[in-house]
Amino acid sequence: MMQFEYQQARDVAEAVRLAAGSADVKYLGGGTNLVDLMRETIEHPRSVIDVSNLERQITFREDGSAFIGAAAKNTSVAADRNIRIHFPMLARALLSGASGQIRNMATVGGNIMQRTRCLYFYDDAARCNKRTPGAGCDAIGGFNRMNAILGASDSCVATHPSDMCVALAALDAIVHLEGSAGRRTLKLTELHRLPGETPHIETQLEPGELITAVEIPACSFAAHSTYRKIRDRASYAFALVSVAAALDVGADGKVRDVRLALGGVAHKPWRAFRAEQALRGADANEAAFAAAADEELQDAHGLRDNAFKIELARRVIVATLSELAETRPTAKPNGRNGS
Amino acid sequence: MNFSVNGRAYELALDPRTSLLDLLREHLRLTGTKKGCDQGACGACTVLVDGVRINSCLALAVQYQGREITTVEGLANEPELHPLQSAFIEQDGFQCGYCTPGQICSALAMVEEARRGVPSVLTPDLSVDHIDLTHDELRERMSGNLCRCGAHNGIIAAIEAALATRAAP
Repeated sequence: MMQFEYQQARDVAEAVRLAAGSADVKYLGGGTNLVDLMRETIEHPRSVIDVSNLERQITFREDGSAFIGAAAKNTSVAADRNIRIHFPMLARALLSGASGQIRNMATVGGNIMQRTRCLYFYDDAARCNKRTPGAGCDAIGGFNRMNAILGASDSCVATHPSDMCVALAALDAIVHLEGSAGRRTLKLTELHRLPGETPHIETQLEPGELITAVEIPACSFAAHSTYRKIRDRASYAFALVSVAAALDVGADGKVRDVRLALGGVAHKPWRAFRAEQALRGADANEAAFAAAADEELQDAHGLRDNAFKIELARRVIVATLSELAETRPTAKPNGRNGS
Repeated sequence: MNFSVNGRAYELALDPRTSLLDLLREHLRLTGTKKGCDQGACGACTVLVDGVRINSCLALAVQYQGREITTVEGLANEPELHPLQSAFIEQDGFQCGYCTPGQICSALAMVEEARRGVPSVLTPDLSVDHIDLTHDELRERMSGNLCRCGAHNGIIAAIEAALATRAAP
């Protein structure tokens, strides 16, 4: 690990002032990704600003929205009663990620900012355009089972590893930011970038900009939602494919509204806008779910080791939506299906 | 910097790069906590901070000043073993023993997490506050602790035995 200066911020304003818009400064949450990357010298900030003691409150508002301080621990969010009841896909996504120990350390802000787990990004003997822009990519012709099938480029086929972000993408989450230029918000779906020719630029954040909170707008049918993750081990592994979904089916058996996002398939949490559009007004049955999945995956591209993920993604989308359709709540106020 | 480990206060100068794991092992000579992968993949370094389990290898020590840190050395009421330590012996919860301190610290905090109502991905209904620590729940909740000897069945049996003893009248 390279030397760095450690500073603890007492509030957001101080954190932003200490960072002073510098790209050579890193904010530290739980450290579960940053400390590892610093130890590998992939990250070597001049200064580390500890923001793990900033806002961590989880507030559920009367209008059905939620507001989560960026320093909230992953475990705290997953265990929060309102999150569990009103946004179960988010609780399940968080609980699908990492291990109990890591969820106790990791913050919401840090989870969003975590970097890819592409093997070649971690291997300093390999070429990686993310680590060294212009160096080339050894993942494209290498072991790429865990790599992207959607939105990748000739420069980079890395995936974003977060489970939480997949649920947040499906829930239209809004990320609150503060930097030297002031405060602003970004939709989570627009925060992460596709790799293009500049895979080393991973988000829309400006240097020194800090994530202060995540807001989840009210969603009347998110109480009937889930997260399904497929991985090489039963637990404690990154996703091959994951699906976050919420489904609202009318009395006529047609899809009134749907939220769908995929993980493990792209450089960013992948909101399946195309599939959602295809599903609204369609019959809530397997054939319609499969057609919508095909619509979403029509531009998917498989590499040597991961072409199976296209069919896998299709099947997990169908299975997850079918499960939600079969267990949908009966029409009663605040009704929950007990199954 | 000031640290509190197993109820004892320590004051020492430390490079901010020092992990909590290296602080414990190299500076305080508390070598019960083990370094396995040093990258958050194996759980051998699990310790408790204010009763909550974390991976000490991914933790910068500087972030844990003033918190109550508990390692495997702080569990037993000597000369008696902690009941979970005894259960690990009785149930063959280890072979080489390298992962064992992490397994035991992890299991103790895991049970408290469940008591506080923290669900797992296997919890069938997230709207309930009571967690039933079934065999599958225990396996899922302990998945952050790997055992290369493959003693996982004994480890889960030890936790189940300790839970049963504690629940007994």
